[in-house]
Amino acid sequence: MKASNILWKQRLDGKLPAPLAEEIDTFETEIELRRQDKLGEVIFAETRLRRGVYGQRYDNGQRYDGVETRTLAYSTDVPTKGVNTVWDAPGMMRIKIPYGGVNPEQLELMADVAEEYSDAIVHITTRQDFQLHFVHIDDTPTLMRRLASVGITTREACGNSVRNITGCPYAGVCPDESFDVTPYAHALTQFLLGHPDIQNFGRKFKPTFSGCAQHSCGLTAMHDLGYTAVTRVVAGKEQRGFQFLVGGGLGAVPYQAKVFDEFLPPEEVLPMAQAVSRVFARYGEKKNRSRARIKFLIKNWGMEKFKAEVLAERSKLPHDPRWTEFLTDIDGLTETPLKPPGDFPSGNGSTGYHRWVKTNLREQRQAGYVTATVALPLGDLTSNQLRDLADIARKFTKGTLRTTVEQNFVMRWVSKADVGALYEALNAAGLGDAGASNIVDIVACPGTDTCKLGISSSRGLASELRSRLAEKSFEMDQALQDLHIKVSGCFNSCGQHHVADIGFFGVSRIVNGYQVPHFQVVLGGQWEENAGSYGLPIIPIPSKRIPDALDRITDHYLRMRQKDERFAQFVGRVGKAQIRQLLVDLTQNAPEHDQDPTFYTDWFDPREYSTGDIGKGECAGEVVTAFQFEMTTAERLVFEAQVSLEASDFQKAGKGAYDSMIRAAKAIVLIQYDDVSNDPDEIVDEFRERYYDTKKIFDPYAGGKFANYLFAAHKNATKAFTSESARFTIEEAQLFIEAIHSCYNRMRAEGLSQSTQGA
Amino acid sequence: MELQHVNVKLYVDGDLAVELVRFIEVFHQWIRDSILDELLIDVADYRHVPDGPGVLLVGHEADYSMDQTDGRVGLRYNRKAPVEGSNEDRFRQAFASAARACRLLEDRFADDGPLRFSRQEFELFINDRALAPNSDETFVACKPQIESFLTATLGHSDFSLERRAAKRSRFGVHVTVAKAFDLDAIAATLKSSASSG
Repeated sequence: MKASNILWKQRLDGKLPAPLAEEIDTFETEIELRRQDKLGEVIFAETRLRRGVYGQRYDNGQRYDGVETRTLAYSTDVPTKGVNTVWDAPGMMRIKIPYGGVNPEQLELMADVAEEYSDAIVHITTRQDFQLHFVHIDDTPTLMRRLASVGITTREACGNSVRNITGCPYAGVCPDESFDVTPYAHALTQFLLGHPDIQNFGRKFKPTFSGCAQHSCGLTAMHDLGYTAVTRVVAGKEQRGFQFLVGGGLGAVPYQAKVFDEFLPPEEVLPMAQAVSRVFARYGEKKNRSRARIKFLIKNWGMEKFKAEVLAERSKLPHDPRWTEFLTDIDGLTETPLKPPGDFPSGNGSTGYHRWVKTNLREQRQAGYVTATVALPLGDLTSNQLRDLADIARKFTKGTLRTTVEQNFVMRWVSKADVGALYEALNAAGLGDAGASNIVDIVACPGTDTCKLGISSSRGLASELRSRLAEKSFEMDQALQDLHIKVSGCFNSCGQHHVADIGFFGVSRIVNGYQVPHFQVVLGGQWEENAGSYGLPIIPIPSKRIPDALDRITDHYLRMRQKDERFAQFVGRVGKAQIRQLLVDLTQNAPEHDQDPTFYTDWFDPREYSTGDIGKGECAGEVVTAFQFEMTTAERLVFEAQVSLEASDFQKAGKGAYDSMIRAAKAIVLIQYDDVSNDPDEIVDEFRERYYDTKKIFDPYAGGKFANYLFAAHKNATKAFTSESARFTIEEAQLFIEAIHSCYNRMRAEGLSQSTQGA
Repeated sequence: MELQHVNVKLYVDGDLAVELVRFIEVFHQWIRDSILDELLIDVADYRHVPDGPGVLLVGHEADYSMDQTDGRVGLRYNRKAPVEGSNEDRFRQAFASAARACRLLEDRFADDGPLRFSRQEFELFINDRALAPNSDETFVACKPQIESFLTATLGHSDFSLERRAAKRSRFGVHVTVAKAFDLDAIAATLKSSASSG
């Protein structure tokens, strides 16, 4: 063990909460056992994930350097820390921040550990966590101890467990909320952390709390478990409760949560979560990860059966005093201000100040106070900025801060009289950017920067868009300023592209024989009303042309919108076909590689995106043409299915999506067998034999998940489609088409002729 | 007191005449062409964060960055893997590694920068608050070792040390040297410095 790790262990001995100390000691022992090869790599991987110790890009010891994929020369003297995961490869540490609540002492500690174990950057995630990157696993127990010393845990931050319990960052101060959800989120966090009933999930489980239905701060519609605060009056007395939602989630195929109970009393918040957890653990899918979220269990069973099971489970639960103990001190977490209430200072300020006041301040429900959002570019800030923020929070408030799902901080209880001084202090620390929650405040997941699953550079694109929008955004029409842009590096939606006004997610395409990074343009999502609706992809655009695509979409919106029409309404009215038509030419006339090599690279990454040394064989040429022809048809069909969905023709939409999958399957079958007919049965059989049974279609991470979408759709081809099933089939068809593209790209990388051998 | 995780930051002389974005390509090239005899992994772009790590070359033994922390641009060498030998050996290893990286960058941008690093001041600090708390005691204990290293490396003792004052910062010193030192000569000591673990 490193000398400093020994010192920290000694220094913090006896000073940490006992359960956390024991948990960290156990993990340290497991590290040692794995080092000695006395603990299997699969079990060790899950155990580290449940402590927030996550993998990172290139941790399989392979990296493409722009010319070829090379082995990174790590030591081979130590075992792996998971399947194909090199021990010494840097990883990511996810740190849970329940409902985003942090204090200055915790910020200072975060600043220190970010400097000493990471790269002096702290990243805020779309679920209010902190993340550190490039961390060595040997340092993680010490990092955990230091975090535990200020009351932070990484336990169950990743893995098949209850993830960070998020909550509205304005809870307790929002003028529109029913009541403060903070004590409920806190109690559920404490209750479920390490609870025996959550240790046997097949997949992750994400709860959230929102203080109202109309805003987006808690995003209850897209969580496994959502609690939206509501009140009702019974016999003249106001009662508190929650609209209780289950089965929402983004991911590859997003699901809207369904209402389980319109009014769940506070004393049922904890036991009902426990009952749901027990049902999920008992009946949820365990083997097939891609169908293991609770949304699939609810889909398979239907809400009625699911609800009956949960209520039956609830009735059998032995009473636990913790269910209601927290209610006896419901105001225990109530914050108070440092300064007396005030009025906004008079006098002129700078342009930056006025912009900041307009976009970053919100009135609290307590007169004389506002919240101030600290807008962070790409959710990042430095260790020094964290310390400055800690100082500022102490100076103007009692250290009342929260992280947000838009990757920012919110400072609460700022006296209006102090806003001028607060702006000056934040600005001096480089934290005074205006534009919170508007078009320039772009959310992005880590993408290809550090994520193993990233396909295109989400942060690179977000950074470019941010730079272009930074100044001009404040001159834009207010309708444009209010847009939300979110970017994910792949279809998994960590950047929450489904609930943006304009979303993007990374894909790749072959252009002129080279792989080119692209982004699917996702329209129709709704951020408001707790993520009230989900968008769908309309067209993949080369990454370097996304800024042009954004300009065209926003210009069109500005010109064609009706009075006060919000973007999602506008998209619904004019239709996606019209907007798609605006963008089609951006997919054409790509520059030749030698004319503009940068077109074939990703944002701020000079490496050629594809394995450029693969030649185009003459023999493969015809097959490639046939493949691309069929894939173009498949993409057209899935888009037309969306148009049918918009027109509420669910049968046509579902059937069109299914047909698109058949065409995509045929495309890849054609590479090996050019006599395949148009008979869906034959196409599916040939596809299964040639690509599924051989695992050629298997995604490195998702396995056969996407092929199973085809098989399921084929099996159910004669069934009638509902609005929901049509929508899911469209989502699945889109993913299946992406999987066919990926499979084709992998085959190209291996050499098509080699892949066709034995066909 | 055993010191590990030695950091050295050599400041850019004057204003940075090279756009920061260009270091992304250079660092990728260092990985691709195995420019340094150590394991280099990836490049991280933090230009969007004010006064931050700028452009970061992530390695296994050490990170290199065109760092903007505290409002001054410079090449920062951040040793992560333990280095055997004495503390003076560790200072020498980090200083020489930083000097080598600076010379490579100066050569790279000789025609279209230019880029030049200061030969008269740099920062040396310990990225480890357990081994080296930022205290008077640490300064008293380390000062003779830092002076010994500097005298041996520079060939004279005409330098001054200023300890980092901010309580929450890591222990370190700002070194000002009366006459310019030779980066090539310092980089050349790398091979003879302590072996790394």
